[in-house]
Amino acid sequence: METYPQILLENRKSDRINTLTEYEQSGGYQGLKAAVEKHHESGIIRILDESDLLGRGGAAFPTGFKLKSVAEDAPSPRYIVCNADEMEPGTFKDRVLIHTNPHMMIEGMIIAGFSIKAQKGIIFIRPEYESGAKILEREVKLAEKAGYLGKNILGSDYALEIVVHRSGGRYICGEVTAQLNALMGKRPNPMQPPPYPTEKGLWGLPTVLSNVETFACIPHIIRRGPDWFKGLAQTETGAGTKIFCVSGKVKRPGVYELPMGIRLSEIIEAYAGGMLDGSKYKACLPGGASTGFLPKEHFNVEMDFESLKKVGNRLGTGAIMVFDHKTCLVGATLNLTEFFTRESCGWCTPCREGLPYIRDLLLRLENGEGREDFIPVLEEMGQHLWNAYCAFAPGAVAPLQSLLTHFRAEVEEHISQKKCPFK
Amino acid sequence: MMLPKELKKSLVEKIDHADHPRELVVDVMLVLQEHYGYLNDEAVQDVAVLLGMSPLEVEELATFYTFIYREPLGKYVIHVCDSVICWMDGYESLKEYICKKLAIEMGGTTADGLFTLLPVCCIGYCDLSPAMLINRKVYGRLTPQKIDGILEKLKSEA
Repeated sequence: METYPQILLENRKSDRINTLTEYEQSGGYQGLKAAVEKHHESGIIRILDESDLLGRGGAAFPTGFKLKSVAEDAPSPRYIVCNADEMEPGTFKDRVLIHTNPHMMIEGMIIAGFSIKAQKGIIFIRPEYESGAKILEREVKLAEKAGYLGKNILGSDYALEIVVHRSGGRYICGEVTAQLNALMGKRPNPMQPPPYPTEKGLWGLPTVLSNVETFACIPHIIRRGPDWFKGLAQTETGAGTKIFCVSGKVKRPGVYELPMGIRLSEIIEAYAGGMLDGSKYKACLPGGASTGFLPKEHFNVEMDFESLKKVGNRLGTGAIMVFDHKTCLVGATLNLTEFFTRESCGWCTPCREGLPYIRDLLLRLENGEGREDFIPVLEEMGQHLWNAYCAFAPGAVAPLQSLLTHFRAEVEEHISQKKCPFK
Repeated sequence: MMLPKELKKSLVEKIDHADHPRELVVDVMLVLQEHYGYLNDEAVQDVAVLLGMSPLEVEELATFYTFIYREPLGKYVIHVCDSVICWMDGYESLKEYICKKLAIEMGGTTADGLFTLLPVCCIGYCDLSPAMLINRKVYGRLTPQKIDGILEKLKSEA
């Protein structure tokens, strides 16, 4: 097993965070220093642009481009928001990152905030991560004391305040525009852009929102340059490392920081310890619940955003959920659809009405009451979901659509045997 | 039951310092929920008055969020994760085990008022599946024996 550089999970400890002092000793807040003293606003954005850093929360939006889209003459105050809502099933990397190096994402937020002259930073965190919220509140105060936050950051005239905002808990709050509504105390329905949040976000003012892991990458890129970052990846199309969360039927489920573009087979076999005894690999969801089942023929796929797109899938959050030959994928899809049905915000019709309909057909299939003509209906309904307002609905049917593409035989067995063949 | 003066004062102070009072709505709901045991009608009214919102606006948030409770609860709220990894690792049988042990259905509260059982979507502990939260503390790699131990301990501490 090769030892790859640990950047984001550097100095990971089993029982505690890296303290501010420890973080500083390993180069922490040097990125901020360089940003403030050397690169200035436009320099930071240019470096991030050149680094090809793509958003790690699932949407893979280019970070440099996002920061660039805040106009120089845009109104103030401006906001920088860290999305620590991490509610994509199978995903727990941000939890581990917060419990390993909280200052890394804080430093990343300050640098990104500095580049767009943001006055206020907000960390939006899910209620299940209360211990993480407490750590962040405490460490933000320490960063303030050390002069990295507050007024005159590192002797400059830049000022930034960061607060922790606790969510009441709903999956949709992870969606950018829904999160803005949540932060403003409104019902968290997504809003269809334009206007884009970087133009009119929180309270109608420019807002940049990124994921915990994305922010954590920023200090390193500023310190060591875009070429170094790109060089961390194993593929031409990838950049940086990626924190993969592996769960399901493997021997060592957990969080692994590996080069972007590493092969799926290497992650599962070398790092996650291979399949459980008596289990054979059938499929995985490569990037959370809103990605499709990746069949065995792609077991060697290179895990970066481009390579997964090429095989009709998505890297999403990098949450690899592994299913074995004994697990019913109709049952799994039913479970995933139940999740999305419950978590739909209910605002627009395709999602609110379509998902319960799909769930009902899947439930009948799983119970052995399915019919051949369910399949074209499921295919049609899956297409309708793409008409919804936000990315929730297309993500919600990704497992279903891939089930019908790659595992249709398993669906048909449920119909012909009039029962679940796995029971 | 009125909101105690001290509690009200501390909330008003916090609200006065906010750029936009409404942004604190979840925090305020959580505080009142803690005080009343759940977010009762009176609490919804209190939140609305404190933040200058209509009770209806508060209600549509209160009923939206998983961790805001509009009905009375037991002392310990058990949220069992029913998302796909926990499902694959035995959620169904664990749920049945807990229901049987506590003699309640999903959504119910035990007669002694100690435990409420609720489902929850993926809690981000898939590496420790099957998992659950009790009063937001996580318990993982659950087995019937482990559940026995956890529930007995909580009972004895109640």
